[in-house]
Amino acid sequence: MPPLISRGFKGRRRDDAPPDRVPPGQYVTNDFPVLSAGPTPHTALDQWDFTILGEVDELHRWTWDEFQALPSETVTVDIHCVTKWSKLDTEWEGVSVDTLLDGIETSAEHVIQFSDGGYTTNLPLEDVTGGKAWIAFDYGGEPLDPEHGGPARMLVPHLYFWKSAKWVRGLRLSTADEPGFWETNGYHNYGDPWREQRYWGD
Amino acid sequence: MAGAAVLGRLIWRVAEVVDVVAETARVKTVGFDVPDWPGHLPGQHVDVRLTADDGYQAQRSYSIASAPDRARLDLTVERLDDGEVSPYLTEELQQGDQIELRGPVGGYFVWEPSRGGPLLLVAGGSGIVPLMAMLRHRAATGSDVPAILLFSSRGWEDVIYRDELEHLDGNGLSVVHTLTRSQPDGWRGYARRVDKDMLAEVGPSASEHPHVYVCGPTPFVEAAAEALVSLGHEPAQIRTERFGPTGG
Repeated sequence: MPPLISRGFKGRRRDDAPPDRVPPGQYVTNDFPVLSAGPTPHTALDQWDFTILGEVDELHRWTWDEFQALPSETVTVDIHCVTKWSKLDTEWEGVSVDTLLDGIETSAEHVIQFSDGGYTTNLPLEDVTGGKAWIAFDYGGEPLDPEHGGPARMLVPHLYFWKSAKWVRGLRLSTADEPGFWETNGYHNYGDPWREQRYWGD
Repeated sequence: MAGAAVLGRLIWRVAEVVDVVAETARVKTVGFDVPDWPGHLPGQHVDVRLTADDGYQAQRSYSIASAPDRARLDLTVERLDDGEVSPYLTEELQQGDQIELRGPVGGYFVWEPSRGGPLLLVAGGSGIVPLMAMLRHRAATGSDVPAILLFSSRGWEDVIYRDELEHLDGNGLSVVHTLTRSQPDGWRGYARRVDKDMLAEVGPSASEHPHVYVCGPTPFVEAAAEALVSLGHEPAQIRTERFGPTGG
């Protein structure tokens, strides 16, 4: 079915939004909207840790201080939320997932991010390795605000942003795929914005 | 995934405008006839897609205002002056116009009578919309689940669905307004932003384990959800939906 022309609709094109950086159905915003399914958790840094568990030789755990001592990277990326906004050139500092997985042997092909508040989201392990994903704790040069997932959140910018868990506390490696919170509530299992994989069946 | 096989792809459907009703100065309800609408749950939303004659497209999400019991689909939309889509929906659309939409979307911020209660709904401005679908469904099904709506608006003339809420009040539903910026003469209700004391007075208490739904602008939801947690409500019992100033 060809798209239906909306009588009298002009739209508002933006000069500063290069088409090759804005996936289909998205619009560019300068704000940073907040979307969460529940209250914002507040975990004290001395209570915070990050663990990698599941299909691994042994559980790996970092306290906040240990985590901060890991080599970090600063990255500038575009992010795309399934609710239609995209934000270009966002600047983050965080630890690459490659750094965390370095030296860990696993037969897993999937990873489940888990967070304070019970949120989970799943993705193929290969989507968080090879310089594609970080655990970010700084945004725009400032400590990450709790509303936006602080003290630390996942950053997987090539997928819709629900695949970047706020308040992330660890990764569970798994041989089986396990749909997470939104993935069991109508949203696409993979979530590639360039293929507009928003919902089940897209 | 099994669900995908059952539900199938959410296809774009042509929706024809049945009527446009002003709720407040900035808010209108657009009623659509959507042939073969698959049905929805109270609290779900739809994606709307507009196409300009040169092929340019814009999409936005809007909560469904109508209960599933009705044949038509109502979207209640607040006009954002710098928005791209909401001015079109509220000012341009006329009876007989057609747009495209797909849905329903979202399986978490939903309530059905079978979930039980008590129910605590906390709305800020147009955040009332998905909660209204719940209250309409509750009324349409004759549900006796105890429910409280705490509804924050700027002024009395900004209260969306004001008359209908007055009719719905009672039968186990208690509607409580707070007016944050201006109050009519003789106003005896709350006249401040939703806070912990207000939530404690309005109830139900955490010991009653209510299902809590909070919807509104981000700062509103952050404050309300935080206050509810500090009153002892289980975070997992508090479902939130936030919308930023960037909608459109």
